[in-house]
Amino acid sequence: MGLTCSCSGGNERVLSALEIGEGGVVSKIAGDGSLKRRILEMGLVPGTEIRVERKAPFNDPVSVWFRGYELSLRVDEANAVLVRPAGCAGCSGGSR
Amino acid sequence: MSWTIALAGNPNTGKTSLFNALTGSNQHVGNWPGVTVERKEGRFRSSGDEVTVVDLPGIYSLGAASLDEEIAADYLLRNRPDLAVVVADASNLERSLYLAVQMLEIGTPLVLALNMMDMAAERGIMIDVERLSALLGIPVVPTVARKKEGIEELKERITRSLRENSAPSLSFALPYGERLNPLFEALETFLGERQELIPGLSARSAAVKFVEGDVAVLAAAESSGVRNSMDELLAEKGRKVEEELGYDLQTAVIERRWGFVSGVTAESVQRDLSLKARLTLSDRIDRVVTSRSLGLPLFFLVTWAIFRMTYALGDPLVELLEGVFESFGEWTGEFFAGAGFSEIVSSFVQDGLIGGVGSVVVFFPHIFILFAFIALLEDSGYMARGAFVMDRVMHLMGLHGKSFIPMLMGFGCNVPSMMATRILEQPRDRMITLLVLPFMSCSARLPVFVLFSGIFFGSYAGTAVFSLYVLGIVVAVLAAKVLGSTLFKGESSQLVMELPPYHVPSLSMVLRHAWERGFLFLQKAGTFILLSVIAVWVLASFPWGVEYGSSESIVGRIGQILAPVFAPAGFGFWQAAVALFFGFLAKEVVVGTLGALLGAGEAGLAAALPGLFTPLSAYAFLVMTLLYVPCVAAVAAFRRETGSWAWTFFMIAYTTLIGYGGAVLVYQGGRMLGLG
Repeated sequence: MGLTCSCSGGNERVLSALEIGEGGVVSKIAGDGSLKRRILEMGLVPGTEIRVERKAPFNDPVSVWFRGYELSLRVDEANAVLVRPAGCAGCSGGSR
Repeated sequence: MSWTIALAGNPNTGKTSLFNALTGSNQHVGNWPGVTVERKEGRFRSSGDEVTVVDLPGIYSLGAASLDEEIAADYLLRNRPDLAVVVADASNLERSLYLAVQMLEIGTPLVLALNMMDMAAERGIMIDVERLSALLGIPVVPTVARKKEGIEELKERITRSLRENSAPSLSFALPYGERLNPLFEALETFLGERQELIPGLSARSAAVKFVEGDVAVLAAAESSGVRNSMDELLAEKGRKVEEELGYDLQTAVIERRWGFVSGVTAESVQRDLSLKARLTLSDRIDRVVTSRSLGLPLFFLVTWAIFRMTYALGDPLVELLEGVFESFGEWTGEFFAGAGFSEIVSSFVQDGLIGGVGSVVVFFPHIFILFAFIALLEDSGYMARGAFVMDRVMHLMGLHGKSFIPMLMGFGCNVPSMMATRILEQPRDRMITLLVLPFMSCSARLPVFVLFSGIFFGSYAGTAVFSLYVLGIVVAVLAAKVLGSTLFKGESSQLVMELPPYHVPSLSMVLRHAWERGFLFLQKAGTFILLSVIAVWVLASFPWGVEYGSSESIVGRIGQILAPVFAPAGFGFWQAAVALFFGFLAKEVVVGTLGALLGAGEAGLAAALPGLFTPLSAYAFLVMTLLYVPCVAAVAAFRRETGSWAWTFFMIAYTTLIGYGGAVLVYQGGRMLGLG
């Protein structure tokens, strides 16, 4: 996905905090209930490489590219997705 | 032999095209029991076998995170179809496979239809069909449903699988790895000694789904009284696994399942990387369509154009149909009278029966045209972009981005706009949108506004009419807010929506969809509307011999009883009550009824009305006309879309109360300010 290998900090951030074009790797989905299940089953599981593709006019919702498709989430929903910088879990090749 | 198979797949994979290609015109549309999600069923014959195809809702997984998923999972588990066809998008195989794998896990015999092979090829994606089939252990058939390619092969493969293997295959076992397996094994051993939690679901699958926190399996464990024992078993070993992984078991199970899916995809799909780097056309379109500057204006332009075109194209057709039914009614009335039937028969046929059928049929053009546009938006992929750019604004009102389309359509006619709420997937979003739609001032209310404003407000007539439209919007927004935080409090509202790649919509699909919607309306809402029209005819004509709708008729007497109720709103005379009653047939009828009751005709109203209304009570009357129960056709559409009489009566009661309250507030408030 053309993600660069720069471990700048390594802190977890929520998905909605990423800028357009910024990438990362999902580390955890917070919360519980049907929203969490939905996010996981759409393929946003730990280890998934993602990139923020676009944001709607008021910066909400955000749209994320992963696994070859684009998914939009409200900022509230994207706040449940924790992301770490791409390549920090050993730059040699993704998550698994 | 005759068989039943299910058709499943993600949205935007061409599932509907495939269903149409498989079953042709041999289809039946209904609802899933107890809910208003549409259920389609079709049939095809192949080499002597008769196969019934049940089209499941378009879903991404079986996790029951939405009503659609719940329906699909429940059908697969309880009804155990002989086989299921999963439609996969060949250009996005990985995502499509997740659902297929989940279905394999619960022991559904599968055939995978690898659809949109042409689009995959265009994007430089090559799929090794045999390898994929071997990895999953199921037949895989490449298809291009829109061009009817691969359909015969698919049919042939389905019937072959059905004959070879009618028992559910339980051989599929997903490799969950050494961390999770011991957990499953412990639960499997525990469950193995007992009756199946859900009939037909293997102990292994039940164990996996239990760890995953599957709602249906948790409920089944609860009702079998084993939930606590299973929780204890899990807590013992699960805690350690969670600590090692850094996340919970539900995440772990779903992560491993995706891991398996990624592995299968990586082994069977090759991408031409030279194409991948290129900015795709879809993405280029999106840079404009969803951009911060142009996104919203473009969406408003598109919806406004649809609004204008729906009514510009539909209105002449409606007038034509109205004319036809009117002439036909008159002709039949005369015919019956001439043939020596009593007046009661000819009046019933002309005003009750033919008038009733006419009042149903006139909605067809608008519904057909609106749904052609909606199908166009959905099929092309633009609907999701519209929801994407509008969601923030609509969500502030407690609605969904897609709610904007039915709300705007409501200004034309509430009936097609109520049907348009089908674009909303979450029951909560649909219900709230349906409940506030009647406040959007439809075009049938305009003649009433215009007539009264012209008589009472002189040069401020335009402002008065405009203020009523604004009032309708304000009431709708407030009602949505209140409903969302009271009756629907806590019910989840999610976006989590795919932005599918754009593609050119298929004209036949669009027309088919539009026709289906229009036809369903005639079929399902028609009876209710017809019966209501006949009921009104009875109330206005009896006791037989009185003048139609006069003070001696049943409706006139009811009006006299009700009149004092309307006194606090400034129009406490029976003619207003009767006019509002007839407005239930269609709101513009309020004008004609007043004309007839005041013996003035529509033309004489300008002279007659100021005798009854002051400008203040006239405005209160308009507020009532705007907000009280929508016309019978809208009520029928509401009943059809909610599938619930209870909600229908609630809607009738709450809109009428708000209308009445609003009218009283205007009249009394105005008097306090010294306007009356």
